[in-house]
Amino acid sequence: MLNLLWTIPVFPFLGFLILLFFGERLPRKILALVGAGSVGVSAAVTSLVAYAFITNPPEGHAFHQVLWTWISVGDFHPQIAFYLDALALVMAGVVTGVGFLIHVYSIEYMGTDKDFARFFACMNLFVFAMLVLVLADNLLLLYIGWEGVGLCSYLLIGFWYREPANCTAAQKAFIVTRVGDTVMAIGFFLLVVQLGTLDVQGLMERAQSEWGPASGMATLAALLLLGGAVGKSGQLPLQTWLPDAMAGPTPVSALIHAATMVTAGVYLIARTHVLFELSSTAMMAVAVVGCLTLLLAGFSALVQTDIKRVLAYSTISQIGYMFLALGVGAWSAAMFHFMTHAFFKALLFLAAGGVIHALHDEQNMFKMGGLWKQLPVVFWTFLIGSAALAGIPLIDAGFYSKDAILWAAYSSEHGSFLLWLGAWIGAIMTSIYTFRMVFISFFGEAKNHVHHKPGLTILIPLIILAALSLVAGFIELPHNMGHIQMFSHFMGTAFESAGEHAQTMAEPGGEAMFQILAGVGSLAGVLIAWWFFLKNPASADSLASTPTGSRLHHFWKSGWGFDAFYDKVFVQPFRWISEVNKADIVDGFYSAIAGATQLTHSVLSLTQTGRVRWYAAWVTVGSVMILGALLFK
Amino acid sequence: MTVLPVNGGLVLAAGLFAIGLLGVLVRRNLLYTLMCVEIMMNAAGLAFVVAGAKWGQPDGQVFFIFILTVAAAEVAVGLALVNQIYRRFHTLDNDSTSSMRG
Amino acid sequence: MTFAFYLFSCIAILATAMVVTSRHPVHGLLYLVVSFLAVASVFYVLGAPFIALLEVIVYAGAIMVLFVFMIMMLNLGPNVASEESQFLRPSVWVGPSLLCLVLFVEMIYVVVSGEPSATAAASEIDPKQVGVALIGKYYLAVEFASMLLLAGIVAAYHLGKRSLPDETTEEAIQ
Repeated sequence: MLNLLWTIPVFPFLGFLILLFFGERLPRKILALVGAGSVGVSAAVTSLVAYAFITNPPEGHAFHQVLWTWISVGDFHPQIAFYLDALALVMAGVVTGVGFLIHVYSIEYMGTDKDFARFFACMNLFVFAMLVLVLADNLLLLYIGWEGVGLCSYLLIGFWYREPANCTAAQKAFIVTRVGDTVMAIGFFLLVVQLGTLDVQGLMERAQSEWGPASGMATLAALLLLGGAVGKSGQLPLQTWLPDAMAGPTPVSALIHAATMVTAGVYLIARTHVLFELSSTAMMAVAVVGCLTLLLAGFSALVQTDIKRVLAYSTISQIGYMFLALGVGAWSAAMFHFMTHAFFKALLFLAAGGVIHALHDEQNMFKMGGLWKQLPVVFWTFLIGSAALAGIPLIDAGFYSKDAILWAAYSSEHGSFLLWLGAWIGAIMTSIYTFRMVFISFFGEAKNHVHHKPGLTILIPLIILAALSLVAGFIELPHNMGHIQMFSHFMGTAFESAGEHAQTMAEPGGEAMFQILAGVGSLAGVLIAWWFFLKNPASADSLASTPTGSRLHHFWKSGWGFDAFYDKVFVQPFRWISEVNKADIVDGFYSAIAGATQLTHSVLSLTQTGRVRWYAAWVTVGSVMILGALLFK
Repeated sequence: MTVLPVNGGLVLAAGLFAIGLLGVLVRRNLLYTLMCVEIMMNAAGLAFVVAGAKWGQPDGQVFFIFILTVAAAEVAVGLALVNQIYRRFHTLDNDSTSSMRG
Repeated sequence: MTFAFYLFSCIAILATAMVVTSRHPVHGLLYLVVSFLAVASVFYVLGAPFIALLEVIVYAGAIMVLFVFMIMMLNLGPNVASEESQFLRPSVWVGPSLLCLVLFVEMIYVVVSGEPSATAAASEIDPKQVGVALIGKYYLAVEFASMLLLAGIVAAYHLGKRSLPDETTEEAIQ
């Protein structure tokens, strides 16, 4: 059964090829069937593989499948090979499962778009690339998937390319992530050159045996990989592309820019966790990046008016949590949060998409209002997603996964009180901005008319995701509340150190206090949001209209001025240089060669006088010189 | 047999060759150019014969015969060309037939 | 014999110099015949009587007759000599003379610095030896030579025609 592994990425790729070549000719029903069906088949195969993997784990809890050797030159034998362990399985399951639901949703959401086939082709290609990324056995294949998802992200952000702003957003996303990718590629080169293999598992073993803990080389390599991860995952300092990426269609935001692609950075760090564990500096960097990002993005999310931008900032913030978890060595907590986040954030995006669709592409929250009566299913699912995002205690998945991270941030050997405090403040912020969004868009007076109600293909994915957002948390409960560790036991097969980590967590009294604090924090956030944005909206406005308030409001809304800063520091100097270099200074060298050639030509053509005697004279000179050279050498 | 002045013969060939070359370089009349080319070829032939005599081999003389053949063909074609040029340009000045200058 | 060699050498050099400096083509041609005859004598002195005869018959005879015919055909006017004097200003001679002198000196240097004659007294090479070598060792070259002559005849015939197909370019050039 495990041998079916290779078919998981193949189905979306076949779907992509069919859509690419016959997309214009086939009727929409068949397009939808191919587009969503290919991912559905892939999801089914994934669950079969998962069943086989869990009931009958392969040796070493990892399955390795070599399809063929790509090229073989000297010592260089990159293979097309897949590697399945618990980590890859969870990723692949989320990519295909959530991906399938989003594809089904898209059938109706994109139903009237004239580029229906192109949309599904890109989506299928994305799922293929993402699966290659998570299942890759070596760095080369991983890099192909990594760049493949980047390409699809670009194509889909700029899906409505007739709008110049969308193209700009797509280019921004592509260029900013490219910065990270370049750093990461350097990291890959370093690993390959120093350790001499492309194979990820081999690399990890050699890193451990050759570099040992606290080596400078390991720190450098880990930091370079971190550079790639922050680019892809929208973390500080490369987070600026993600809010703009919301220019794409909402299912794209849900699939690529919330559930799967942006967590590729988390996956990369988890995949190379052995390397990171060798360097406490790199671990610290990951944790600090995550903590700062979650705070920054939380404050920015608080003041956005566009519902998708709120969700985008919250995505950045939640991935910040994952990074924090990675940075403190809580690998399985990070993956747990990744999974629950994929469910509830996809749910939130899809529900928001339902609202946007119903209101004819209205994305401004302040023009929504009072929707809970008109769109009940969307409202309830959105509420469940919000509760999960805010981490309302006990009932939903988000609470358990976030609590695991908060506790790890404090208790693990890499953790500290400051990290916990940052994460806790971030949790309160999360809760405030989430319920601000809920209250503004679904409560209050109706400001806009619902044009048409979403159909079943939109509602069913919402309901499934809502159910998952509620129950997915129960597979991993803290030991003082049921003590279920299915997930961390399963993930422990991929992370050797997770077992040790579980021991350090066993400190019952303290943990309960932190859980209460976390719960109180998120409930307080809901209350604050209720007070400012539903009960007493005028007080929020007056707070925002004080000089400091308005300045902060503006500052946060523009994402802490990062865009302006990058514009000043990178974009404008670059423009200036390109202005200076309009005549292409480097090219001047080559033009000079051409010019010299031409000059020589014109000088030489002067010797072509057409006179026979002149030629004879030069022949004589030549003979004299050759003879002289022979005689008097 | 007496001692043959072999080096003298080579010097004579060099001298004739240089004078012929001088003529090619200096004279502008195409007829003179052709005559000087004949002198140069004759000098080359002389060098062959002298060398053949020096080593006591007949090859030098054989090559003189080939040079003679080449000279005859060259003169035939060359004079036909001179004829054409004179018909077209009404002059034998080889500087005036320089329409192929670069 | 040595005396004869130097005598004919001097005649050859002088006659050739007169060819290069003469003003009228016919005069030049006559000096050229003298030069060829002198060289033929040199051949005889050097022990190559067959070659001496060929020189006289082919060079001094046939080739020179071709020149004479050509000069007659061209029917150059009386102003040829004055045109030549105009071409041959003294300043024209300086550069080429220097060039040729350098070349000459280099060639002399080559001759003098070469190894001394293997056989100080070289024997005469009779026509029989030449004929054997020509038809034996060099028969392929003889074939090529005959082809070259054939090509020469065809080319001379073609070029010598009164009007070539593209004679119209005459007007374009003038």
